[in-house]
Amino acid sequence: MNDATVHQEPSYLGAPYGLAAWLLTKDHKRIAILYLISITIFFAIGAGFAATIRAELVTPQGDLVTADLYNKLFTLHGVVMIFFFLIPSIPAVLGNFFIPIMIGAKDLAFPRINLLSWYIYVIGAVITLSVVISGGLDTGWTFYAPFSSISSNTDVTTAAVGVFITGFSSILTGFNFIVTVHRMRAPGMTWFRLPLFVWANYATSLIFILGTPVVAITVLLVAAERGLHLGIFDPRIGGDPVLFQHLFWFYSHPAVYIMILPGMGVISELVANVSRKQIFGYSFVAFSSIAIAIIGFLVWGHHMFVSSQSIYAGLVFSIITMLVAVPSAVKTFNWTATMYRGSITWDSPLFWVLGFMGLFLVGGLTGLFLGTMGLDVHLHDTYFVVAHFHYIMVGGGVTAFLGGLHFYWPKMTGRMYSEPLAKVSAMLVFFGFNLTFFPQFILGYMGMPRRYHAYPPEFQVLNVMSTGGAMVLGTGYFLILIYLLYSLFKGPKAPANPWGATGLEWQLQSPPITHNFHEIPVVTEEAYDYLHAPAPQLAIPASPREVTHE
Amino acid sequence: MSHQVPSIRMYVSVFLALLLFTATTVWVAGLDLGALNTPVALGIAITKGSLVILFFMGVRHNTPLTKTVAISGFLWLLILFSLGMNDYLTRGWLGIAGR
Amino acid sequence: MSNAAPTAKPHPKLQPHFHSMEQQLEASTLGMWVFLVTEVMFFGGMFMAYLVYRNMYPHAWVEASHELNWQLGGLNTMVLIMSSLTMALAVRAAMLGQKRGQLVNLSLTILLGCVFLVVKFFEYKAKFEHHLVPGPHFDPTLEQGMQIFFSLYFMLTGVHAAHMIIGIVMMTIILTMAARDSFNAEYYTPVEVAGLYWHFVDIVWIFLFPLLYLLGRHGA
Repeated sequence: MNDATVHQEPSYLGAPYGLAAWLLTKDHKRIAILYLISITIFFAIGAGFAATIRAELVTPQGDLVTADLYNKLFTLHGVVMIFFFLIPSIPAVLGNFFIPIMIGAKDLAFPRINLLSWYIYVIGAVITLSVVISGGLDTGWTFYAPFSSISSNTDVTTAAVGVFITGFSSILTGFNFIVTVHRMRAPGMTWFRLPLFVWANYATSLIFILGTPVVAITVLLVAAERGLHLGIFDPRIGGDPVLFQHLFWFYSHPAVYIMILPGMGVISELVANVSRKQIFGYSFVAFSSIAIAIIGFLVWGHHMFVSSQSIYAGLVFSIITMLVAVPSAVKTFNWTATMYRGSITWDSPLFWVLGFMGLFLVGGLTGLFLGTMGLDVHLHDTYFVVAHFHYIMVGGGVTAFLGGLHFYWPKMTGRMYSEPLAKVSAMLVFFGFNLTFFPQFILGYMGMPRRYHAYPPEFQVLNVMSTGGAMVLGTGYFLILIYLLYSLFKGPKAPANPWGATGLEWQLQSPPITHNFHEIPVVTEEAYDYLHAPAPQLAIPASPREVTHE
Repeated sequence: MSHQVPSIRMYVSVFLALLLFTATTVWVAGLDLGALNTPVALGIAITKGSLVILFFMGVRHNTPLTKTVAISGFLWLLILFSLGMNDYLTRGWLGIAGR
Repeated sequence: MSNAAPTAKPHPKLQPHFHSMEQQLEASTLGMWVFLVTEVMFFGGMFMAYLVYRNMYPHAWVEASHELNWQLGGLNTMVLIMSSLTMALAVRAAMLGQKRGQLVNLSLTILLGCVFLVVKFFEYKAKFEHHLVPGPHFDPTLEQGMQIFFSLYFMLTGVHAAHMIIGIVMMTIILTMAARDSFNAEYYTPVEVAGLYWHFVDIVWIFLFPLLYLLGRHGA
């Protein structure tokens, strides 16, 4: 099918060259690359903060950094990782690159707005990070009032404005995706032929447009309270700080699903590929994405069990929280059922799939512990919570992002990376991650609170384990950076369809041409038709591969 | 969406209806209806908003998708309001101090 | 107005990634509607605060509402409704390719938007003079809760006024485009989309007027 001697046309990476051509591009693929570069930079910055935090926690005494500096470190770690890395990661990079291709369109519906969203993102990020110079930020990423609005003497106003601006980047991305999926599908590309990655990103976009504006106005209210004395949450004039938490979590709980839903979409693609089977229960997986997005808006109060929210409301939120487990479980079961009796290939995507499923399972189930009101009273604000959300956001979100990046790297760059190294790094990340965060479950269960730079000596062993794990994890991430960069220059040329995958994106050359398709394709097949998929053709067989039947 | 051009007459009558409702809402606010004042005021505002959405913004002749989108924003507001007030209106129900 | 012949050669305003003018218009209109949903949620956060505090301080809110000038609020309501009418007529004129109708109605829309802002300016000015602006100069003898009312009043009307200013800028751009004969029956997407935005800003005010200005008229 994909003849090696096939004529390669100039790809989107070719002319026009030069910085200006890239910075003014309207090509969704180039914008995805711009996003990829920027989120990598912010990931490195956020990781730097995390490394300092873990170094401080090696000893029980607060000896490396002061309490004040520690507050600023964990705040900026959270802000950078959540707003500038995790939220844009999969949607703005992989989604931007592949949604138009997967549905058979030449670009997103609004290419200029797509570029604008990247600029807004960068401007918001630069403004937010400017607080590093202007006095830091010590509110935690949650900006809880009244500390943020009255008490904190760090530069909350600037950070709030930065986050407010960045919010518009998410909104614009989300609304571009929604319009694109509704209006730009190729003939024959019905809703139930869409790759599940598109469904997942569509659900994510719903959260972007329905949730982000609420947090935008909330941080704007905090900024107005600090800067203009327009007190909304100020208890001195009769305001209710709990209202801030309501408004904040109305977005920020769904935001957790912004970080995991696209990851679930990536895993759906990968799991079908490594099993070489149609995904089990396609429509259930598709609708579970929508269900997660909707139910995600009904549960925010489970972050507020120990605030002065009424116990009755807490009960309601606690019960609804249990519902979220249903669509998440549907996905996990269906992935497992897809793998069952599949022709499993031992390529590197499998390692990311298995890693994701294990880590997401732990993260998801511990979420149920925390959603149970009685238990949460004890575990609230302990390391148990920290471990839980890192399992979801890093164990789930980042693993899925890296899995997707590895899977699509040949398509995006036209180069292959080293398979053995990819497997090694996937395992390093998996074991390093567990070593970092599993001890934190135990620490939290034993009662170690989060956000302190010092702790009682009996917690030291587990904390040292955690820091050791972070070093392994960091090594894994660093290794990935190295071999992916290396592949750009020395990697073998990628064939059009190295994994033998289905989908329009794999029928294009690697890397694709500027407008993706000369002629808009007509789709006649269901998604994941692996019965008729071509065999995988990795450029360099990394390990003796068992030849699988098709 | 439809490409038939609505008549000026239709626009002007909607405009007059909106003016009439504005006068009504001011007049009703002057009456003491007890607890009913706010629901009546909101009812009038919702009617006016719907007139603008249906006629001025042309949703009346639009695709079901646009109608869904137009409604969804208000539905989501209802989620925010109802689950939020589910806290404020139930504080103290269970007889636990401060909750 | 020329006869529509879309298949012969692509319309000059058709962007390369769309396959027809129809698809382009539908995508843009849907896009604006989706954006308006985010706007509803954006104002929704403040309306949530309104709901909570009005429920918490019912009396103070009636008192504070008395301090607002409902005549000016009512005047602005009528101004905005009228601007919505002229906006709708401008879109209609664009669909028919009537240049004069577009220019007159768009200019009227801009003018009415400016009238609204001028009235708003005098309202704000009065609040400063009466020590009703929250902060250190706020009249300390007033009841608990009134300061929050005025904080919300300034946030709600301020964000609304910001939307008005954006709308006026948008309309000025549309006006210059209309003056250059940009719109006709085949291509009137920008007018249509800007119109949707303008009507939305009007709807927000339709809710703000009774909720802020008319609370205490009967109890006076």
